[in-house]
Amino acid sequence: MLAVTAAPLGYAGWLSLQRYDLRFPDRRAFVGLGNYATVLTSPTFWGDAAATATITVVAVAAEMLLGAAVAVVLQRALVGRWAVSTAVLLPAGTITVVAAYAWQYMFTPELSFLTDRAWLGERWSSFAVVIATEVWQATPLVALLLLAAFAQVPEELLETARVDGATAWQRLTRVLLPAVRPVVLVVLLYRILDSIRVFDPVFVQTRGANGTETLSLLAYDQLVDRLNLGLGSTVSVLLAALVAGVALGFLVAFRSDLRQLSAGPARDADDFAADSAELDDRTLDPTADPEAELWRA
Amino acid sequence: MARLNPRAARAAWGAASALVVAYMLLPLLWLVSLSFKSPDTVTDERPWPTHPTLENYRAIFSSSLFTRALLNSVLVALATSVIAVSVATLAAYALARLDFRGKSLVLPLTLAVAVFPTVSIVGPLFDVWRRVGLYDTVPGLVIPYLSFGIPVAMWTLMAFFRTIPWEMEQVAEVDGATRWQAFRRVVLPLARPGVLTAASVVFFFAWSDLILAISLTSSDRSRTVPVALAFFPGEQRFSRSVGSIAAAAVVVTVPVVVAVLVFRRRLVAGLTAGVGAG
Repeated sequence: MLAVTAAPLGYAGWLSLQRYDLRFPDRRAFVGLGNYATVLTSPTFWGDAAATATITVVAVAAEMLLGAAVAVVLQRALVGRWAVSTAVLLPAGTITVVAAYAWQYMFTPELSFLTDRAWLGERWSSFAVVIATEVWQATPLVALLLLAAFAQVPEELLETARVDGATAWQRLTRVLLPAVRPVVLVVLLYRILDSIRVFDPVFVQTRGANGTETLSLLAYDQLVDRLNLGLGSTVSVLLAALVAGVALGFLVAFRSDLRQLSAGPARDADDFAADSAELDDRTLDPTADPEAELWRA
Repeated sequence: MARLNPRAARAAWGAASALVVAYMLLPLLWLVSLSFKSPDTVTDERPWPTHPTLENYRAIFSSSLFTRALLNSVLVALATSVIAVSVATLAAYALARLDFRGKSLVLPLTLAVAVFPTVSIVGPLFDVWRRVGLYDTVPGLVIPYLSFGIPVAMWTLMAFFRTIPWEMEQVAEVDGATRWQAFRRVVLPLARPGVLTAASVVFFFAWSDLILAISLTSSDRSRTVPVALAFFPGEQRFSRSVGSIAAAAVVVTVPVVVAVLVFRRRLVAGLTAGVGAG
């Protein structure tokens, strides 16, 4: 497992120190940190970094807010709960390329009954479509994770707040969300790291036009389209370093919260086993395994 | 905020639920609608197809571009999930049952791999795969997918394994079963919901990936559906490509819809396994 990730990353580091363009393989040479100087002084790199940051910040903020809202709806909805929880799984299970086309077609004036504006023709509206696609795909998982966390919060805590006169909004922001803070932080970190590597919707919807090119797209463009393994690997390594840096910074900044998560009350194992059994009654096939049946009884 | 009476509250939550369902379904329904429009009516900007037609579906299934990609996708995703889950089941079992040095590092490392920027391994794989003949082949995709699929499967399985009553395994061993028999006859059946969840999560990862597939393939020989879809518009007129893409998108999304309908609870349990289980 490490061989297929750590080793390539090491090899990417090695490639990033070379002038290595597959169109001119004869000119391959070791150039030290030369590629890093080229990339880090290039306006394209910083423009793409800004585009990546824009998408990450706006999309993750929207995902967390919408995800919390959907989680509350999932928790409180008594009518049609089955429909909601089924519908919520669909965006998470849609291929990213398909999601990208779906949102592109909704914002294409020749196709859509929703708009007469060429959203993908201008800069900020292009960002809006890319971000809308990301948010639609990621919100379900955020919602499900928050819902699972909400279920751990004792009902009495909310009831006490209600008796003390807290409004529904106050109960959400002052009681429920603080109670699940460690989970919120982990979900937030996961979403940030996942957004930094965003590629698919941008590739399908704009191919990086209108200033929407992200760092992943830049690396792909250098590596695969321009066959420049040296510069492309440099961007890749910088991107990996960015992800590692953000993750490390996050873990250090919130270490006390995250420690609480690993030390927190574990979900009752019996509950989980009961759930699993309910999910699939054949799990414990009595004919195949008499002992399992005994255990259950 | 004034307190609502119970009936009004019920209606409000009902409306909120309807809104959520509409938001989740609208983009997909829009694709379904487009897929049933003919090239002449695809730009009529109407929500529903006025003269529904199967033309687009016929077109994609008669083009080897799509059918070959579909076959490749199924092969790649099946191979990845079967291998990843087999390895991950043994690894997760080892992690849950055995003590060894560096054990506490394994899970954080697997999570690190899961959020690793995929594009960072494209350069090296591109360079090496061309030289060793794995470029533009099915195994050339399965190998890098495993490096992401195995950690994800392990993460899902660990949460399930933690809940297994291990005393049963000991009972089996006391009754004369070997360790392997105890694992196969007692532990595996109990872990089956977890194994199936892990398999579907990994299958979906390989089924959905664009960036590795687009970088490591160059022909119909190994192109998967996301790649074929991403490159589709360049090959035909706009009004024709939209219908075909929509139809292809519907075809590859239907299995997911079916899986979600059948395995809803299990998927939710699997996806949220890390939360609360510590």
